[in-house]
Amino acid sequence: MFQDSSLSGHSTGDYVKINIGPSHPAMHGTLRVVAWTDGETVIKADPEIGYLHRGVEKMGESLTYHQFIPLTDRLNYCSAICNNVAYEIAVEKLLGIEIPEKAQLIRIIMMELARIADHQVCVGILGVDLGAFTPFFYLIIQREEIYEIFEWYNGARLTNTFGRIGGVEADLPDDFEQRWKELRPNLLKAIDETDKLLTHNRIWMDRTIGVTAFSPEDALNWGFTGPCLRACGVKRDLRKDEPYYMYDKFAFEIPVGRHGDVFDRYMVRMREMEESIKIIDQAYKMYKELPPDAPLMAKVPKVIKPPEGEVYRAIESPNGELGFFIKSDGSDKPYRIKIRPPCYMVYQAFPEMVKGEMIADLIACLSSLNVIAGELDR
Amino acid sequence: MELKDMIRGCLGPLAVAIDEFRGDLSVEVPKSHIIDALRRLKDDPGLGFDFLSDLFGVDNSEIYKKKTASKKPGDEGPETPSENDMPSPPRFDVIYLLLSLKTNRRLRVKARIAEDDPVIDSVTSIWKAATWPEREVFDMYGIRFKGHPDLRRLLMWDEFPAHPLRKDYPLEGMGEERCLIYE
Repeated sequence: MFQDSSLSGHSTGDYVKINIGPSHPAMHGTLRVVAWTDGETVIKADPEIGYLHRGVEKMGESLTYHQFIPLTDRLNYCSAICNNVAYEIAVEKLLGIEIPEKAQLIRIIMMELARIADHQVCVGILGVDLGAFTPFFYLIIQREEIYEIFEWYNGARLTNTFGRIGGVEADLPDDFEQRWKELRPNLLKAIDETDKLLTHNRIWMDRTIGVTAFSPEDALNWGFTGPCLRACGVKRDLRKDEPYYMYDKFAFEIPVGRHGDVFDRYMVRMREMEESIKIIDQAYKMYKELPPDAPLMAKVPKVIKPPEGEVYRAIESPNGELGFFIKSDGSDKPYRIKIRPPCYMVYQAFPEMVKGEMIADLIACLSSLNVIAGELDR
Repeated sequence: MELKDMIRGCLGPLAVAIDEFRGDLSVEVPKSHIIDALRRLKDDPGLGFDFLSDLFGVDNSEIYKKKTASKKPGDEGPETPSENDMPSPPRFDVIYLLLSLKTNRRLRVKARIAEDDPVIDSVTSIWKAATWPEREVFDMYGIRFKGHPDLRRLLMWDEFPAHPLRKDYPLEGMGEERCLIYE
């Protein structure tokens, strides 16, 4: 038996080694965790990303700026629209252009719908992983309705290729108001039903409260952003702290937790869905006040050749800070694209989060982090 | 005081070059003093760059090649550089994206790394957030981080023989998969 310094001086033979995943129903994508356990207590966990690596950043170097947009769909496929916009806003910064107000509002409406859909999947799957199946159905039916809106607006459900560099391709169709009027109460009802089924449920509380709690200092040290950081009590949201588009004109709250445990991560996401509904209401009201023929695109040359230089721009995606670093050498293709995926930084802290917890809590922790393999591996 | 001056004041001679583009500030520091420079930027009460947002590598070899390529008469393309424009020898950059949570200001810190000595100190002692990004840079560029607690490949499997984000690595790969199967 070999000695492992991280196993507090004991040899690995003193503990049971368990492979969790990749073929495990509670493991997401192709993730695998090698865990050493003492009884049911996790002594050490070593996550493997899963070697799904598709080389998206490398491919970006051989495509033009426009051609890269569909690749961003495939990063976080639960909220492809936010990934599209995060890339486009970085290119727009590189070009030094501002997109028209109408395009900004359409992007905001679609991004907030994507945020709701993303949180619905995360909360639903967290429930499924902990044995609560019903809320998943309540939420997923409404997500389907959101996907209907995406399909009706841009022709695709998952891989939306939303937006263009400089604005958006098409205006919202006339019956958006009608659709949103129908969808809005159903979304609130689904959140309310999930709340009733889970939040005060004794089993749910026992499985989530105090589980894999993380301090705000640790969360910041590990580079946490988004709901996982806010669950620890840090009120940071790029929509408020580094406002882009017209987010500074909307009234909405930033929900925060106190203990940074699974329960807080769940609650933050639940409340964020309600805040997103408020944002969509306000954005649509502002949209209606604009003239019908207001421009949708800024003036952008057909072949984009930004000047030499490098920029970084991030947005608040459903998982946290999603940023793109782009280096241009003055040609029509990006010289280097670096994606900053939010769940990558969160997932690297996983071994520290689950150390000393029970095996069953490891699954709860993973689900609550909303780790998306496509975003992680790029 | 402007941010640029504050950074100069904080880093002194460690700030080799400061560059601004589209409102983004980036500062180059010598790789031998990377830990010292980042600690200063973090602890300075006025700056307080206390959050490591990301860390990654860039391979500049193509830019250097383009700059040094001579221009034939009648060709379109970059001008032949003068003696002063000749590229500096380091091939790689390691870039640190810093953020100040108090002021919401961002800063890029850049360390240049030569191809024949691809080693730099690990900053995991300052931010644990550097753990996986440093592994990724090691995996993708072959740059080693001295003092990293667990420097292994991250995105590619252990036996993978190349560093895919280097510019001389072909987009379609080098047939590694086939080699591994037949071995």
